[in-house]
Amino acid sequence: MIDFLGIKEDKRVQSITLKPGFNKYKEAETFEELTINKGEIIAIVGPTGSGKSRLLADIEWGANADTPTNRTILIDGKTMNIESRFSSNNKLVAQLSQNMNFVMDLSVEEFIELHAKSRMVENEREVIEKIFNKANELAGEKFALDTPITSLSGGQSRALMIADVAILSKSPIVLIDEIENAGIDRKKALDLLVGEEKIVLMATHDPILALMGDKRIIISNGGIDKVMEITVEEKAILHKLESLDDVIQGMRTKLRYGQELEANFEIIKN
Amino acid sequence: MNLITVSGPPSSGKTALIIKTIDNLKSRGVKVGVVKFDCLYTDDDILYEKIGVPVKKGLSASLCPDHYFVSNIEEVTQWGIKQGLDLLITESAGLCNRCSPYIQDIKAICVIDNLSGINTPKKIGPMLKTADIVVITKGDIVSQAEREVFMSRVTSVNPRATTMHVNGLTGQGAYEFSTLIYSKDEEIKTLKGKKLRFSMPSALCSYCLGETRIGEEHQMGNVRKIDLEDK
Repeated sequence: MIDFLGIKEDKRVQSITLKPGFNKYKEAETFEELTINKGEIIAIVGPTGSGKSRLLADIEWGANADTPTNRTILIDGKTMNIESRFSSNNKLVAQLSQNMNFVMDLSVEEFIELHAKSRMVENEREVIEKIFNKANELAGEKFALDTPITSLSGGQSRALMIADVAILSKSPIVLIDEIENAGIDRKKALDLLVGEEKIVLMATHDPILALMGDKRIIISNGGIDKVMEITVEEKAILHKLESLDDVIQGMRTKLRYGQELEANFEIIKN
Repeated sequence: MNLITVSGPPSSGKTALIIKTIDNLKSRGVKVGVVKFDCLYTDDDILYEKIGVPVKKGLSASLCPDHYFVSNIEEVTQWGIKQGLDLLITESAGLCNRCSPYIQDIKAICVIDNLSGINTPKKIGPMLKTADIVVITKGDIVSQAEREVFMSRVTSVNPRATTMHVNGLTGQGAYEFSTLIYSKDEEIKTLKGKKLRFSMPSALCSYCLGETRIGEEHQMGNVRKIDLEDK
């Protein structure tokens, strides 16, 4: 059946390559050709309206010097052919957007089952269990298989969506649009996506998320201004930031359970 | 001139899609005009005027919107040619979901939205089944999984079409869509002799002619009865 529908299951994408185009003043982008391999995380930063959406659209579309930026996107070193650009069965990109709501009136179990059926996976039960367990690992508060998806909290919804995208979406590239304030374990979420051999691109201004990546792309005036490697020093800051974040998360938990916050708290270095 | 027909249920995002697409076409120097077909009311002509495109609207009022469309489409085409347009977009609401004002050899686009429910693709008739391009909107407010499920439902109803997501608010995907609907080499001079892709809803019962009374003695012509027998 899957063959019959022309869905290529095991055609895992190994890398995507960005080749420079122009910014909105028609000035050439100065970055060297950038290749992102599977398992890598790239942060995309830049002010609102700077051109992040256009970059994400270029990637989604497999631009071939034929979009307003004139950029070229190579998949495993090759341009995408017209057929795969327009095929609904082989979408390259899964997107986790800022607005994360469910609109279907289903339980968690029915929801995952429905998605699994549309993907025609054979080991449905196994997949449902796996997504459910992973989502609960990411979420601050646990939920059940029979919880209606519309009554999940913001954090639980995000956890379920991320687990679902990691495990059940066939798209090899995941675009994440801001997951700060998520109420989920963001490190685990990224580990899960990368572990499922996805290429992860995330638009974010959260320093913790940005430093969890391998590189970051700086966008201004509609173009890629530069590509920066995360330095050793920055990685060191990451530990401090994570400790700070732990303090805030800890306070959040205390608030949730009606405890008093103390004036003196320690930032534990790890 | 190029001609395309865009249809889709009310509030599915047709106008937002068209406006974002026109932005992209304009920057490539393509002269676009729009004719909006609707039933009782529309303000969309004002939106199109605002972005400076030639626009006309037609309200079918008490007539079947499809019949109204097909009775006027040739004149509308001639209007577009007279305006010196490169591309004329006709937009019409799907209304009863049966409507499909698609013409053979004229690009047909169906717009449906992710919020309309996962069984909606099955409920929409020829308007979805015979479209060349299906544009799915409002993807930004549902989860990736729901987008994938919805798209697979659309594809199962119309596997032949190019199916894509466009965000009518941010315009994401509108540029890509714009490349599919306009080609320099296409030249439509008249629709005379062309055919609809699917027949109009069959009509001609007494109610079409203005009958308002209820009861079998008032029903004449093409009347079909629901099966209420116990099985």
